[in-house]
Amino acid sequence: MDAHTALDAVLDPELDEPITDLGFVKSLDVDGGRVTVHLRLPTSFCAPNFAYLMASDAKDVLTALPWTSEVIVELDDHHDSDLINRGLAADAGYRGTFGHEADEDLEELRLTFRRKAHQAAMERALTVLLRADEHVDLHGVTLADLPEVPASAALLRRRAALGLPAEPSSPVLVDHDGTPFPREEIPLRLRFARSVRISIEGNSHFCRGLLRTRYPESTVEVPA
Amino acid sequence: MYRKDDETYFIVDAHVALWDARPENQRNIHGKQFIDCFYDYHRNLSPESEVWPYEDYLYQGGERLMRDLFENGYVDHAIFQPAHLGAFYENGFGQTEEAFALTQQHPGKLTYNHFFDPRFEQAGIDQLRRDAERFGLKGVKLYTAEWQGDSRGYKLDDKWTYKYFEACQELGIKNIHVHKGPTIRPLDRDAFDVADVDHAATDFTDLNFVVEHCGLPRLEDFCWIATQEPNVHAGLAVAIPFIHTRPKYFAQIIGELLYWLDEDRIQFSSDYALWTPKWLIERFVDFQIPEDLPEYAPLTVEQKKKILGLNAAAMYDIPVPAELQLAPVEPQAVSVA
Repeated sequence: MDAHTALDAVLDPELDEPITDLGFVKSLDVDGGRVTVHLRLPTSFCAPNFAYLMASDAKDVLTALPWTSEVIVELDDHHDSDLINRGLAADAGYRGTFGHEADEDLEELRLTFRRKAHQAAMERALTVLLRADEHVDLHGVTLADLPEVPASAALLRRRAALGLPAEPSSPVLVDHDGTPFPREEIPLRLRFARSVRISIEGNSHFCRGLLRTRYPESTVEVPA
Repeated sequence: MYRKDDETYFIVDAHVALWDARPENQRNIHGKQFIDCFYDYHRNLSPESEVWPYEDYLYQGGERLMRDLFENGYVDHAIFQPAHLGAFYENGFGQTEEAFALTQQHPGKLTYNHFFDPRFEQAGIDQLRRDAERFGLKGVKLYTAEWQGDSRGYKLDDKWTYKYFEACQELGIKNIHVHKGPTIRPLDRDAFDVADVDHAATDFTDLNFVVEHCGLPRLEDFCWIATQEPNVHAGLAVAIPFIHTRPKYFAQIIGELLYWLDEDRIQFSSDYALWTPKWLIERFVDFQIPEDLPEYAPLTVEQKKKILGLNAAAMYDIPVPAELQLAPVEPQAVSVA
């Protein structure tokens, strides 16, 4: 697998999109087994924990490739660039990089955003179904009932990331543990999932727009 | 006030600043990065005709502020919501003395809200008492991601913040504006998290908590809390300029806010000088939910009047001329048995 394809697996946790699509990969140089990546973000005040998460994920996926011998990941133009780049070079880990400011586990943050991404994907998939038949009984909808569209495939990926069951008979409208919502809560839960989806999409508009403003040469197209 | 199609709107700009981000006031590189970040927001979300040169953006001064808000901008009353950012700027970002002097010159037009930082503990409470008296404070603006020594932020439900809220109750500072927008710190505690607003709003029901930027980028968490806490309000700063670049997204935000909160708890803010109010007010009055979003009801003129001014006027006891108020809702006739 080439380095760019490997980086497709690194997601912005908040936007739930690959850093390659978002234009966060500024440059990628491959020299034999040596890979050098420069990342950039929409503002120098992007949350440093998210910045670290993406940069260290990038280093991990590239290091895991069988043909790489040395991987250098650097974050440019961030208010914590020096700190993060030193931490990455030394493989110091999140706590090793940020010291006393990083008391909590980064995995907890990652999990929070995986759960949000799952809710948003669930709303998208169910909306496809509702548009086709507004009287569908959402309480009984299972994975087997979902049409073969990208939104359904995306939901399966988000479920897999949370370890939720993938059997065709599994219910779709579930919480992050896979527990179906009581029938009477369905309108509220779907409504909440919608606001999660709007929130994530809005952040994506914002970040893509700011990146283009900050780096006008950025060629990443903004989807309408 | 703003007139359009035989309707007149009373305008309160609930979140403005008089800042100084010129190089001589920048303490370090972060001061430059901070204003550059604001300038990118400005360039990214403004119509081309409304984009300022960078130099103009660093500092406006009182005269220009008065012109942009009140002469050109239709604003009837504006409220300063200063961010101190002492770790980034020598003399702070928001200019306390200059802004307060301006409110003294134009008492009917401007309200000065100040800030506090609970990490100063008792000394900060003593200062708050002096500030409350000097400025006649009705509100404060809290920037929970502010850097302070080794600390890169605090929470509303920290022990000391609660002591400050108790002082606010005593001093008559009823309106607590909290920046919960795109921000920077604290690191390990998600600085965008609005859960601390929930705790504070539950424990201080006689205070109003205005969540600036309506929790974006955590709109859903904000809505969930605001649904349950009637003293939680939404400030539209940074959300409303999407009306130009992403009108459909703006429709979804306002649609969600009206669904989860209600039309009495949403406030217009230009966030001057991030944006000027003129074009935002014009666009908002003209704005309508697009037809391909049938899940949201169309916005009514009454809702727009409340959002553009009447809601904040009520919160701050700002007098509204009788002809600009909404017609009182006629009480239902009570049948007499």
